[in-house]
Amino acid sequence: MPSNLMSGAQVVLECLQREKVEVIFGYPGGVTLPLYDAIFDGPIKHVLVRHEQNAAFAAQGYARTTGKVGVCCATSGPGATNLVTGLVDAMMDSIPIVAITGQVTSKLIGSDAFQEADTFGITRSGTKHNFLVKNLAELPRAIHEAFHIASTGRPGPVLVDITKDCFTANGHYTPVSSIHLPGYRVYTDGHAGQMRRAAQAMLDAHRPLVYAGGGIIHSGASDELRKLVETIDAPAVTTLMALGALPANHPNFISMPGMHGSYAANMAMTETDLLIALGSRFDDRVTGRLSAFAPHAKVIHVDIDPAEVGKIRVPDVPIVGDVKKVLQKILEELGALADQKEKNAPARAQWWGQVKEWQRLHPLAPVFSNDEIKPQHLMAEIDRLSGGEAIVCSDVGQHQMWAAQLIKFNHPRLWINSGGLGSMGFGLPSALGAQFARPDKLVFAICGDGGFQMSIPELATIANQQLPVKIIVMNNGYLGMVRQWQELFYNNRLSQVQLDTFPEPEKLAGAYGFKGRTVERPSQLRKALEDAVNEPGPYLLNVKVSPFENVYPMVPAGGAVNEMVLGAPQPVEVA
Amino acid sequence: MLQLISVLLENKPGALMRVTGLLSARGYNIESLTVARTMDPELSRMSIVVDVEPNQRSQVIKQMNKLINVLQASDLSEGPAVRREMALVRVRSTMQNRTAILKEAEIFGARAVDSSVEGFALEATGDPEKLDEFIDVMRSYGEIEVTRSGLVVVSLDNKKLRLAPPVPKEVEAPLI
Repeated sequence: MPSNLMSGAQVVLECLQREKVEVIFGYPGGVTLPLYDAIFDGPIKHVLVRHEQNAAFAAQGYARTTGKVGVCCATSGPGATNLVTGLVDAMMDSIPIVAITGQVTSKLIGSDAFQEADTFGITRSGTKHNFLVKNLAELPRAIHEAFHIASTGRPGPVLVDITKDCFTANGHYTPVSSIHLPGYRVYTDGHAGQMRRAAQAMLDAHRPLVYAGGGIIHSGASDELRKLVETIDAPAVTTLMALGALPANHPNFISMPGMHGSYAANMAMTETDLLIALGSRFDDRVTGRLSAFAPHAKVIHVDIDPAEVGKIRVPDVPIVGDVKKVLQKILEELGALADQKEKNAPARAQWWGQVKEWQRLHPLAPVFSNDEIKPQHLMAEIDRLSGGEAIVCSDVGQHQMWAAQLIKFNHPRLWINSGGLGSMGFGLPSALGAQFARPDKLVFAICGDGGFQMSIPELATIANQQLPVKIIVMNNGYLGMVRQWQELFYNNRLSQVQLDTFPEPEKLAGAYGFKGRTVERPSQLRKALEDAVNEPGPYLLNVKVSPFENVYPMVPAGGAVNEMVLGAPQPVEVA
Repeated sequence: MLQLISVLLENKPGALMRVTGLLSARGYNIESLTVARTMDPELSRMSIVVDVEPNQRSQVIKQMNKLINVLQASDLSEGPAVRREMALVRVRSTMQNRTAILKEAEIFGARAVDSSVEGFALEATGDPEKLDEFIDVMRSYGEIEVTRSGLVVVSLDNKKLRLAPPVPKEVEAPLI
C-alpha cells in the first residue's frame, strides 16, 4: 500500500478513519496541539465539549446508543485526569470507548513538566487496557489494538496516551493486518456439555426465572433472549443495565430486581428454583444480602468474562461465552428436547400464578397528587410521550430509579444510565452523545437538580451543536437519594443535601439561546412536556416535584431482597 | 496462609504494575516478588508470594488471567512445584569463630562468596524455612546483614499454555 509521509497526529486520524470513527468528543490542550492541527483539516467530526469528563460521558452516550466504539480525546495532565471518572464509569458498565490523550514530550516524562501526569499509571486500573506510545512506529498498532480490545470480549474503555513528539514525528502509517495479543483470550462459544445441561435444567425446573443483565445488550442478544423466555415460558427480570433487552410490553417481562426493584421481581428472585443469569453479574444492588439471595435456586450463569462466573455466587451450570452464541445453542438444544416441554406444566402454571399474584399485590404504579407533581407522575408522563421508543439518558439518584421503574423501553439501547459507578453528572453529556449518534430519535436527558448542576457547562455544547435534547430536571431541591437515606437511616438529620439555589431555567436556557421553563402544577405538566418535545431545538424543563418523596420499594443495604420496605410512612416535615 | 502465584507475562513496560496493582487494589500485601526474563526475551516469569484471603484466591487468579499482558497466571500454593529462595548473608566474625561459621555454612549447603578481615559474605539457597534457620544460626555468631531474593517457583505439572491466536484485522483505507 502506498503511504505518504505523515505526522504522528495524521497517523492517529488515519487509524481512527480506518476504524470508521464518525465523531470525537474532546477538548484540546498544549500537547495535543499537533493533533488538533490535523483535526482542523476535518477528516473526522470533532465535538468540542466543555469539560473532559463530559467528553468521556458523551463518548459513552454514543457507544451505549449505537454499540460502536465511542472516542474521546483530552490533553495531558488535567485533561487526562478529568477523563478518569468517565473511564471508570465505562469500565463498570462494560462500555467500549477509546480515549486518546496527549502526553508531554518523551524526554520530559518524569521531570514534572508542565501539565504532566502519569496518565498511564493513573488510568491502569480504570481501563480494560491502556497504552503509552512514545514512537510513531508503534502508534498504528496501539490504536488498532485499542479498538480491538475495547470492542471485543467483555467491552470496556481503552486509553492510548501519546507523547507530543510522537504526534509531531514524521513517518508512515503502517497498515496492521492482524491483531496478535496472545494473552487476550476471549471465549465466545460456551461449553457444549454445560449448554446441554443448562437446557435440561430449564426443562426440569418448576419455578425458572431469567435474570438478564447488560451483557444481553452488549452482545445484541435481545432476539435470543425473547425466544428463550418464550420457549421455556419463564418470567424474566432485567437489571438496571438491561432495561429494553426484553420489550417492556412482553408478557414474560416482570421488571427490574434489586434495591429499588419491584416486589414481584424480588419475590421471584427469592422463590425461584432455577435462576438463569444471562450476562448479569450478581451486583450487590441486585442481590441484597447474599446469604438470603435466591436461596432455593440452582444457578445457570452465562458470561463472557470468566472472572464473573463464580465471583459472587458459585453457579451449578457455569457457561463462559458470548451470551448470544450461547443462547442460540441452548435454543437448539431446547428444540431437540421439545417433547419435554410440558412435563412440569402444572408446576409452571402455579409459578406463573404466583408471579402474577405478586405483580397484582404490589405493582410499580405511579403516584399522583392534585397539589404537587409527584416524581412518579413525571416519569409516567415521559413514558406516555416516549411510548417505549424514546432514548432516555438518566443521571444518578432518585429520578434514575423512578425512571427505571416507570418508563418502558421496547428496544435495547434506549435506556442510557450510569449503573455500576453511579456517576452524577452523567445524564446531560451522555444525552449529547446519544443525540449525536441518533439524530432521528427523541432523546430525553432526565437529571436531578444535583446532577444537572454538575454538567451545566454542556448546555453550551448542546446549543452549539443544535442537538434537540429534551432536558428534564426533576427538581426536588435536594440530593434526593442521600436525603432519603438520611431520613431513613440517620434520624432525618439532613446534612448538606439541600440544594436551595437553582438557576431560573428561562434565563439559563435563554443565555444559551434556547427555551426553558419551570412547571410546578400537576395540571400543567403534560402540556409543558409536550411543548418541550414539540420544540425543534433543545429544551430545558425544570419540573418542581414534591421534595420528600422516597423511592420504594426499597431493600435496605444489607437486607434480604424479599424484605423490601414497600411504602413510606407519612412524609416528615422539615423546618 | 500465603498464596504462591506464578505468572507468565509479556516483558513490556507497565505489565508488572498491572499484576501488582490487582493485589494492591484489594489491599493485599506482597510478601515477595521476583521477576525475570524467560528463554523467550519477550516474556517474563513472575513468582509472587502474597497474603490473599482463601475465598478470593481463584478470583485473583482469574483477574490476573484477564490482563492483556498476562499469558498465564497459576496458583502454585498447592500441587507439585519446586520452591527455592536465595539469601546473601554478611556476617561479622571474630578471628576465633571464623572456622565455626564456615563449618555451619557447609551444613546448610551455603558457600562463602566473599571473605575479609571483618567476616564473610555467604550465599545460601533452599526453601524459605531452611533459609530462616540458616539466618538464625548466623545471627548467633554476630552482627549480620541479609538480602533475600524472594521465592522462585517452577511447577512440575505440565499445564497447557492456552494462547489467543492472531485475529485478522480489516482496516480499509478511508475514502478520500
